[in-house]
Amino acid sequence: MRSTQRYDEAVAGVGVGHTAELGLDAPLTLDCGVDLGPFAVAYQTYGELNEDRSNLILVCHALTGDQFVTGANPITGKEGWWPFMVGPGLPFDTDRYFVVCANVLGGCMGTEGPKSVNPRTGKPYGLSFPVITIKDMVRAQAMLLDRLGIEKIFCVCGGSMGGMQALQWAVTYPERVHAAIPIGSAAHHTAQNIALHEVGRQAIMGDADWRDGDYVSHGAIPRTGLSVARMAAHISYLSEAAMHRKFGRQLQDRNSVSYGFGADFQVESYLRHQGTVFVERFDANSYLYLTRAMDYFDLVKEYDGVLADAFEGCPTRFCLISFTGDWLFPTPESRKIVHALNAAAANVSFVEIDSDKGHDAFLLDEPEMFETIRGFLMGAAEHWSGGTP
Amino acid sequence: MTSGSRPARGGELRVDLLLIADMIEPGARILDVGCGDGALLRHLARAKKVDGRGIELSQAGVNACVARGLSVVQGDADTDLVNYPMDSFDYVVLSQTLQLVRRPRDVIDQLLRIGRECLISIPNFGHWKVRWKLALTGRMPVTEVLDRQWYDTPNAHFCTIKDFELLCGDLGIGIERRIPVDKQGHRMAIAGLLVNLFAEQGVFVLSRRNDGRDRAPDGERRRRRERRCAGAPPGGSGPR
Repeated sequence: MRSTQRYDEAVAGVGVGHTAELGLDAPLTLDCGVDLGPFAVAYQTYGELNEDRSNLILVCHALTGDQFVTGANPITGKEGWWPFMVGPGLPFDTDRYFVVCANVLGGCMGTEGPKSVNPRTGKPYGLSFPVITIKDMVRAQAMLLDRLGIEKIFCVCGGSMGGMQALQWAVTYPERVHAAIPIGSAAHHTAQNIALHEVGRQAIMGDADWRDGDYVSHGAIPRTGLSVARMAAHISYLSEAAMHRKFGRQLQDRNSVSYGFGADFQVESYLRHQGTVFVERFDANSYLYLTRAMDYFDLVKEYDGVLADAFEGCPTRFCLISFTGDWLFPTPESRKIVHALNAAAANVSFVEIDSDKGHDAFLLDEPEMFETIRGFLMGAAEHWSGGTP
Repeated sequence: MTSGSRPARGGELRVDLLLIADMIEPGARILDVGCGDGALLRHLARAKKVDGRGIELSQAGVNACVARGLSVVQGDADTDLVNYPMDSFDYVVLSQTLQLVRRPRDVIDQLLRIGRECLISIPNFGHWKVRWKLALTGRMPVTEVLDRQWYDTPNAHFCTIKDFELLCGDLGIGIERRIPVDKQGHRMAIAGLLVNLFAEQGVFVLSRRNDGRDRAPDGERRRRRERRCAGAPPGGSGPR
């Protein structure tokens, strides 16, 4: 329960790092038509902003990530989610770059989301929170950068849902983005992606403790539903090879099967643990909203079926990265983006990295990914007129 | 496509690539198809400040290129050139790669659609040593340029310099220059019928001759160039 307490403190604005109150003068008009504002955006920074404000790397987190990219996460007590990438001497070298990561709109780590208190009612939004899109998240980040007084982004980078944001950034604000690195991402969510998310949402909404989204008022948490959602999702982040290597058919603390439905297998025990831990740090409604945002993401449709039109005239330098073992956002999805960028005569690099670690590979120690990113940033810096990153 | 741009020993640029590099104007937009580890692109970025891009089939080659700051995508000349818009490059380079592709004719067509000029080098199957070995031993020739056994070679379509020129004629492609080259890549002072017999490689500069199909209206071309300029950094790495 200790971590739940930490979580609640986070929502109350304690221990979430920096928080900016945005949309005070003019609200953010969301894709769904609702005006949001004022609203909070929680963010973390690493490294120093240089004098000409030209060394920003904006990191966009994935579905269940947060602003605590590296170092200790004060809410979970665990290490940040990208310790291999961000830090002194690492690809996003904090001796050189100013790294910013903001909790996404609709999130639950201090940025405005369904668990935030609606100032008009004094109660948590729950399902009355407007539906958020990837573009809304990006617009909110743009407002944060305006607040920080940073016009140009040297590089925006993210994996999975973070990659969607990186793409959306380059499409929506091409003149602000010098370089973009979408990793393990896609221009739209596939039917399979949506289907997997729907399983998770149904698990949450089918939990009696969800209370039509109003569980906070009832002092409840849809633990089982959220935990099952996480378990299903977690499978999609791994690969058969990775699961086999890690667990095989090994039994958990027993020598033979129990002829029952306990966690006989290690993989069952592992998934249950992942589900339980997740409930302690993540809000169930937030999970609904963020998965929905990913499902709605469709740059192809936004540009009437011609993805290349999304990048028409885009000056951003792109580096797309995919992993051979990622079946959730497989290489062909990245390749579609590469083809569209080529068709728009945009500057693009594309690297597929050999890894059997599944979708999660982008979060792991993948030396080839780091070399790729170092090289790409070096090339991007040579063509950067914004200053000295 | 890995044979594309392997550097010569000591990290210097292969001689035949130097020959190609010498023909490229500073600041040009260039696409190196089958760019290998990016040796030519690196050289051109340094020496000619070009806006260079590459396509490479081998993942190892691509990763090496991107890790060196080059804009390279993993791709296949047979299938991926169709994605590039017409006139997107001043030069398209295809070095020691044509014999590796499945449909050389279509690839050449594509190269000249997306580039104003095409610089292409091919191994010459009409070289006297090749003819001699085939005639004398009755076996598929293995030479220093064609250094693999028939069952082991990635090469799919060999041709002689004469064959290549005939194909260009059929396709309505203009041969602006033809440079006979020896096995090290040095220019050879030979001409006429001797070329097909004594050149180990041929380097060609191709251009569109029967164009009709390849000219966007001038206004459109200018607009595209201006757009590229707008996206290019100062310092002349955009188009001239």
